[in-house]
Amino acid sequence: MIDVQGLVKDFGTTRAVNGVDFSVRPGEIMGLLGPNGSGKTTIMRVLTGFFPPSDGRVTIDGLDVEEHSLAVRERIGYLPENVVLYPDLTVRRFLTFCAEVKGIPAAQRRGRLDEVMTACGLTEVAGKLIGKLSKGYRQRVGIAQAVIHHPKVLVLDEPTVGLDPRQIVDIRTLIKSLGGSTTILLSTHILPEVSMTCERVIIIDYGRIIAEDTAEGLTRRLQGSHETRARIAGPREPILRMLDGLPGLDDVREEPTTDGIVTIVLRSSLGDETRRTLADHVVHNGWGLLEVRPLPMSLEDLFVRLVRSERETPA
Amino acid sequence: MRTLALIRKELASYFAGPLVYVVVGAFLLATGYRFYTTLNSYVTFGFGMNILEHFWEDFFVNHIGFYLLIVVPLFTMRLIAEERRLGTIELLYTYPLRDGEIMTAKFVACLLVFLLFLAGTLVYPAIVYAIQPFDPTPFIARYLGAFLFLASCIACGLFVSSLTESQVVASSCTFVLLLLFWIITWNEAAVSSSYLIALSQLSTFDHFFSFARGVIDLKDLTYFVLFIALFLFLTLRSMESRRWRGRR
Repeated sequence: MIDVQGLVKDFGTTRAVNGVDFSVRPGEIMGLLGPNGSGKTTIMRVLTGFFPPSDGRVTIDGLDVEEHSLAVRERIGYLPENVVLYPDLTVRRFLTFCAEVKGIPAAQRRGRLDEVMTACGLTEVAGKLIGKLSKGYRQRVGIAQAVIHHPKVLVLDEPTVGLDPRQIVDIRTLIKSLGGSTTILLSTHILPEVSMTCERVIIIDYGRIIAEDTAEGLTRRLQGSHETRARIAGPREPILRMLDGLPGLDDVREEPTTDGIVTIVLRSSLGDETRRTLADHVVHNGWGLLEVRPLPMSLEDLFVRLVRSERETPA
Repeated sequence: MRTLALIRKELASYFAGPLVYVVVGAFLLATGYRFYTTLNSYVTFGFGMNILEHFWEDFFVNHIGFYLLIVVPLFTMRLIAEERRLGTIELLYTYPLRDGEIMTAKFVACLLVFLLFLAGTLVYPAIVYAIQPFDPTPFIARYLGAFLFLASCIACGLFVSSLTESQVVASSCTFVLLLLFWIITWNEAAVSSSYLIALSQLSTFDHFFSFARGVIDLKDLTYFVLFIALFLFLTLRSMESRRWRGRR
């Protein structure tokens, strides 16, 4: 449904996107993961016809985004980053405008408007000015304008940024409910978000794809963290001495506590093996093992590892 | 169809706030005051002149025209600049709309709002007519001239608005540009007569004045049409610059 080959985008002398290839199958939810400034928004703007690629070929539903720009834009729903909508229009007025511009026939317009406002939970604010809405509601209006014409492809740039946890859950549920019938490309810089909503993930940095994986694959990578947090009740000095003897240990960091319980963060290349040995030692010495927990990997850690592994095995 | 939808959206934005009502009110107050004082001075001091004819050309150019020149930048400054600052231009550019349709809708919607201003000024000839009936045909030329001058100012303002994200920059630059075209021949002594002939061809003031005398001259008509076409063309080029500049 979405097919991107050798996409390059230059702004003056800066290369924002440097040779990106990927494709998204119909009905799939694909995540685009990367830190801020990695080129996510630029890729999305090329897909949505905002500006043409400098090089490479991008097709949506078999249509080239540059040659058939209008036809492509009819097939796409787009939620830009930090959706700012017209503050001086009411929700209903704005969505009516979207429906008209996106070519929904006058006879179906009213029905479709009510349908989309119900689906996005906007019915009770239909007559309010968009400028007076809370951020969560505005985000829903943003999604409503994107889906109003039943687009084949939905492009969502950071759909949950700036929302409170409850609103995030709502928006994710809404996105998941659209998957299957609509092809969705979604960008984010929040790691757990992709594993929760997406089937496949592309990780980009400095305008290049550094990894492509399934959601399960990414989750596995995340669990393979080498950092462990442990809380041990016992005498401090012998505990620290014991830690030095652990296999595969790279680094030990002690966290300050007030309750006298030794709290440490270990980094080791052996992961589970280290944790098992640690538990054995603590039990053997008769100390109290209060907590042993592998720490979830942050986006930064994942990047450091992906970039490092890419350097070791150049493509 | 899509252009019509966009025009309706523009008009909804204009009338959502108090701006239109306040400015129309201020415009009519100012021109109304000038109508009274100018007519009064022509009646009092205009010995031996064709009072009404001179009054109307003076009133249309120096008062209606000049006040429009001041007011237009206040409305055109937001046309594209505000959409860029808010980020909503990204929606328009990714909707199935051609750049030309976006530009046309913005231009036409703004022009429609300003027809309100012109409609308001109809009250002045009506007052004089009620006191002393006259031949109304020269007013066709006067209003055509005012309309074309207005459209030229809007086209110029639309172009400037497409260059910047800042509404203050847009309005002040538009004002300076419009004023320059207006006063370009005012100091006739400062330039040689051959330059003056060339400059007077560029002046919105001179061309509008010819309409205000009650004459429709093809030369003046062509001038305004070309003026509008030039700035609309530049606006389109400026909107398309996102393709290579990458900014909205």
